[in-house]
Amino acid sequence: MSKKIFIVFWLILLCNTLYSQHAISGKIALQGQAIASNVHIHIGQKIIRSDVSGGYLAANLPAGRTPISVSYVGYQSIDTIVDLKTNLTINFRLKVNTTNLNEVVVQAKAKGESSSNPAHIVNLQSIEKYSNQTLGDALTEVAGVSTLKTGNAVVKPIINGLYGSRVAVLNNNVKLEDQQWGSEHAPNFDINSANKITVIKGASALQYGGDAIGGLVLIEPLSVKKDTLFGRTILNYDTNGRGGSISSSIHKGNSKAWSWNALATLKYIGDKTAPDYILSNTANRGASFSGDIKYDAIKYNISASYSYYKSVIGILSASHTGNVNDLYQSINNKIPAIINDFSYDINNPKQDVTHHIAKVNFNYYFNESAFLAVQYAYQYNKRLEYDVRRAEYNDTAALDLDLKTSTINVDFQKKAHDWNLKSGVTGSFQNNYADPATAIRPLIPNYDKIDLGAYGIASYSLPNNFTIDGGLRYDFSKIDATKYYQKSRWEERGYDTTFPEFITEDFGTQWLTKPSFTFHNLSASAGIQKKTANNWHFFANASFASRNPNPSEFFSDGLHHSTGVIELGDLNLDKEQSTKISLTIRKKINQFSIEINPYINYIKNYIYLKPVGFETTIRGAFPVWEYQQTDARLMGVDLQTQWDINKSWQHSFAMAYVKGDDRTENQPLIDMPPFNLYNKISFSKKEWHDLTLELKSEIVTKQNRYADNNFSTNIINNNELQAVVVDISTPPPAYHLLHFYSQMKFDTFKNVNTTVAFSVQNIMNVSYRDYLNRQRFFADEMGRSFQVQLKFNY
Amino acid sequence: MKTMQKLNKFKTYALIMATVVTLSSCSNDDTNDAPVNEEELITTVTVIYTPVGGGTAITLQYKDLDGEGANAPVITASGNFEKNKTYNGVLTFKNELTDPAEDITLEIIEEGVDHQVFYQTTGTVNAFTYDTAASNLDANGLPVGLQSVFTTTNAATGTLTVTLRHQPNKTASNVASGDITNAAGSTDAEVSFPISVL
Repeated sequence: MSKKIFIVFWLILLCNTLYSQHAISGKIALQGQAIASNVHIHIGQKIIRSDVSGGYLAANLPAGRTPISVSYVGYQSIDTIVDLKTNLTINFRLKVNTTNLNEVVVQAKAKGESSSNPAHIVNLQSIEKYSNQTLGDALTEVAGVSTLKTGNAVVKPIINGLYGSRVAVLNNNVKLEDQQWGSEHAPNFDINSANKITVIKGASALQYGGDAIGGLVLIEPLSVKKDTLFGRTILNYDTNGRGGSISSSIHKGNSKAWSWNALATLKYIGDKTAPDYILSNTANRGASFSGDIKYDAIKYNISASYSYYKSVIGILSASHTGNVNDLYQSINNKIPAIINDFSYDINNPKQDVTHHIAKVNFNYYFNESAFLAVQYAYQYNKRLEYDVRRAEYNDTAALDLDLKTSTINVDFQKKAHDWNLKSGVTGSFQNNYADPATAIRPLIPNYDKIDLGAYGIASYSLPNNFTIDGGLRYDFSKIDATKYYQKSRWEERGYDTTFPEFITEDFGTQWLTKPSFTFHNLSASAGIQKKTANNWHFFANASFASRNPNPSEFFSDGLHHSTGVIELGDLNLDKEQSTKISLTIRKKINQFSIEINPYINYIKNYIYLKPVGFETTIRGAFPVWEYQQTDARLMGVDLQTQWDINKSWQHSFAMAYVKGDDRTENQPLIDMPPFNLYNKISFSKKEWHDLTLELKSEIVTKQNRYADNNFSTNIINNNELQAVVVDISTPPPAYHLLHFYSQMKFDTFKNVNTTVAFSVQNIMNVSYRDYLNRQRFFADEMGRSFQVQLKFNY
Repeated sequence: MKTMQKLNKFKTYALIMATVVTLSSCSNDDTNDAPVNEEELITTVTVIYTPVGGGTAITLQYKDLDGEGANAPVITASGNFEKNKTYNGVLTFKNELTDPAEDITLEIIEEGVDHQVFYQTTGTVNAFTYDTAASNLDANGLPVGLQSVFTTTNAATGTLTVTLRHQPNKTASNVASGDITNAAGSTDAEVSFPISVL
């Protein structure tokens, strides 16, 4: 809207000087239309609308300089100032706007943010640094977000101590349904297709579902609104893994009519290396494509998009253990049992995952302040996991799951003078199919799931920069599963007395059962925001949310090879209910800004795995852990500071601490991120080809609060059975890593900007293990790596 | 207000549509897959020790017909070993959940280079050794270990633990002579039997 506005209006002055309170009234017309109703008019502090005949009236206005702004979607706004001394009649005529509609709708806040719970954004510049890595890695830029890993390539975000089904990841407004319950299942998403990533801690963003009690990750792709065509190509090479990636995208923007985007990424990486040895079978490959096409009209736009993601990831050979003694040996030997020469090959165990998303969107703008969005999305996730097996079974997946999800969302948003309203409904249907061709009893059974939800969110601005907001959501969920239970297990679980109605057929040693569960959940969020004149900014939010048990919590009944534990689900589980209170305080003092975010999250019926005993199988005795519920409490604080020391130097700091407790058992919760501190000092100089140099220090302390789930097993030593402790609980020691990043920009060719970046991860080549890496029992983390990145913008 | 009403109507339609779509796709198939055939599972480990020069053969058997199910395995020894005798043992692995039962031993022999059986004893029981016959070796001349030799002397009691390792490091120190310590790999079976020599 940079064009200077052409104003056509007539002023008719009528004298009436009796009161210091005045009124302004008149008629509004649109170019090509005599009468314009529902036109938005700001007069001083008031916001009014024209009536059906195009007339408007603003009464009780104080005398003096009064700004007037008249706007209507698709037409050029008029801004003027009148010196109000008397009642005025002003008629306006608005001209048709030739620029884009979307630019009128300015979104000041991050997507999904409620005004009382600020979101955290990872911008494109940071995202590009992680071009060769994963979504989870990029999210660690936000204080309070850590990662749960399986090796280097399977990375899941942990938000304020919670992960898995408790954290929702939305890719381009579609909630990823990709077997996210599993700790070895990373979000199926190519980091290169993100333009902006927003993290919302806690369940305050009710429009995206009521069950994300940990938080939300919102990924938005690039959408260009200007009339332009441009592209970007990023090339990466990493010495550790001797591989890299190439990602190329092309964007056609348009203010009106058609625009489109297309992006493709390929990744090819070999075995990673720890400081002392090769991490055999950790190679990975990736291929992804995403594209969308959009048509913009004055009052609506319509778009369709498709994305494809494929990833094949090798799982460290040494992490495949058969029984508890193997695990004991791995933990105690300190070095992986299998170390081969470097290779690009991927052998079993491995994961092979494909994810498709197709969707259509329709947005309709009633006027500048109200719009309706309709979205239909279809997702298909295919997960194949291959294990080390005998003979012909080596080529047969050990786990073969097809997950299909259809979702419809209808959202309506309306902004008024002081009000901002959002409401919507959502419906989704999901089908999971576990292929029996694996010849292994499936971890997750076949099921159909229906979810229906409706929400409403409102925020209200009071004078003096004070905002209150609140929201309510209702969700209905029904799951119908089909599962074969071994009769021995069915009885051991006591289901013969608690759930006899689920049995549908007798198959000798097994029952065919059809468990069915229905849930009705309410979620709510409320909070306040206040900004003071001296740069203090306060946010306080309380949210209440419920999460239903996921299929693995209900139905697991088998050995988990990476932990050497038999995990048992429980059909008796009830939903988890979280009540979180979070406070955010921001303060800016000259060149220094600080944000501190303490929170407390009470979770009733928190679902977790609890050790309950041992069972003997053909591979020996295994500890048995079952899903149980307890009352948990997570409390912590995230802190971030930013200091612009001078024009060239900058310092930033982030730290996060979380304390998780099982309040029933009176012991710490497992897998809580240890206290971590990040310091980054950067130097930049625009004159020297935009030179940027960064040195980052990462300190992760030892997690001293953990549940002791150690167990003992018998090994034979000198003809004696000897009881030894399998230490699966003690967290690894603290570590300190240094990373370096540098980049420069060049205009190499006409119309091409080239950015060259060179970085070093783990400069000191430190050997360490990460408490939140599932492979910490088997091998060290990656050692030093040098990375080169070339980026071309054209 | 009018638009709001229209909108609500629209929302209602959308919800109905969503419900119809979801419910209609619900009743897609009522046919169930048969239970998974766990062909690879080992349910039964049997070692038959035949005394050299005649006598009663001893059968040691471990049977767990519900795999990872809750039922405990059944472990049996057909009798006691005699003193001062040499027994030749033959080990078999079976899956008795399939019909007919599948002999997994053949797969292990085929993939001999990727498998090795280890015998460990406790108490006063003498050590078990590998049979040196060529049929007990893999393609690289290293032991697979399905055939074992147990030489008794005096009376003894204790246990025998038989372990089948998949992808062991057969060239690691002492592994070829039957010492499991450096074998690594992953355990496919590990079963213990009570042994008495009378």
